[in-house]
Amino acid sequence: MSGEDDGWSGDIYGLIKEAGITLVTTVPDAGLTRLLKTCDADPAIRVVTLSTEEEGVGIGYGAWLGGTRALLCLQSSGTGNIINGLALPAFAESPCLMLVTMRGQEGEGNPAQFPMGRAVRPVFEAMGVTCLEGSTADEVVSHFRQACEMVFSEGKMVAVLIAQKVIGAKTFSK
Amino acid sequence: MAELHRRDVLARVLEERDGALVVPGLGTANYDLFAVSPSDGNAYMWNAMGLTVPTGLGLAIAQPDRRVLVVTGDGEMMMGIGSLSVVAAQAPENLSILVMDNEMFEETGAQTGLSAKRADIEKIAVGSGIEKTMTVRTDNEVARLAAFLLKEQGPVLAVAKVAASRDEPVFPTMDGPGIVSKFRASVLGSQSI
Repeated sequence: MSGEDDGWSGDIYGLIKEAGITLVTTVPDAGLTRLLKTCDADPAIRVVTLSTEEEGVGIGYGAWLGGTRALLCLQSSGTGNIINGLALPAFAESPCLMLVTMRGQEGEGNPAQFPMGRAVRPVFEAMGVTCLEGSTADEVVSHFRQACEMVFSEGKMVAVLIAQKVIGAKTFSK
Repeated sequence: MAELHRRDVLARVLEERDGALVVPGLGTANYDLFAVSPSDGNAYMWNAMGLTVPTGLGLAIAQPDRRVLVVTGDGEMMMGIGSLSVVAAQAPENLSILVMDNEMFEETGAQTGLSAKRADIEKIAVGSGIEKTMTVRTDNEVARLAAFLLKEQGPVLAVAKVAASRDEPVFPTMDGPGIVSKFRASVLGSQSI
């Protein structure tokens, strides 16, 4: 994580501001570092570190009840932790916006990531979450723009998936 | 045998509710809240066990000038016990948590709960970083509960050791979108649309 631009974090931050999102919840991931740092440096955005990703679904729902827009940022493995939690915005037909950095895809060096990586899309879709996967930085940004509209104007649940190749594979060599 | 009855305890806490927003956990907390203090400012929960405290936290962050009270049971609290650390870290001054601890999963057939054995929810809260806590067991102690939960600077957590419920369940609406739209209209007014 150097200071150079990764082609999407700055634009996503801009869209967060544009959409009026003031609450960002997360169990962090390496690929989210730049975005989370940028949000953290903004006094108008509150970044909440979670003990498990599903708390972000509850916090986002409660925030919506009180008139605040939230974004949950997580790694793909965390998708498995939030399944029953998604029943809350699904039942209430309330907004749920998620940004997911993918593991277990092309270039993955850790086979233990494959099972949950493969399950992300079917699990989300089974819970009624629309998945928009960006396989380039530009696609990630345009999907996120669309997602904000779907979530906050139409009350949908949407996950923007950032393909592993956009972030770069994690290596385990020393 | 616990002497406190959970619906009575909740009624006494909410006697002078004074605009507090209340998030009840699924099951008996949900029914008791509807029975003793029905309001559009109740965010009735029907699912998502473990997410009552996070929901209350999100609401407390969004509405810092309103008192937010989470009421839930020991089983629901244990499932989301990590969220107490998140509450402590965020330190919302307007958030209070009341755990009705009957030491059992009453809703599903009164199976023994973890707090009947060794787990102490007040101590877990303290260890999570919530500095203001209390456990009440007697009628006299309940007198202090309302002020503690509704007036004290948050975050605060109280555990009420209660008997198995003796009251008939009464059910709030199961219209999920309706709960949200009424709640938002009552809190946000015309901004909610």
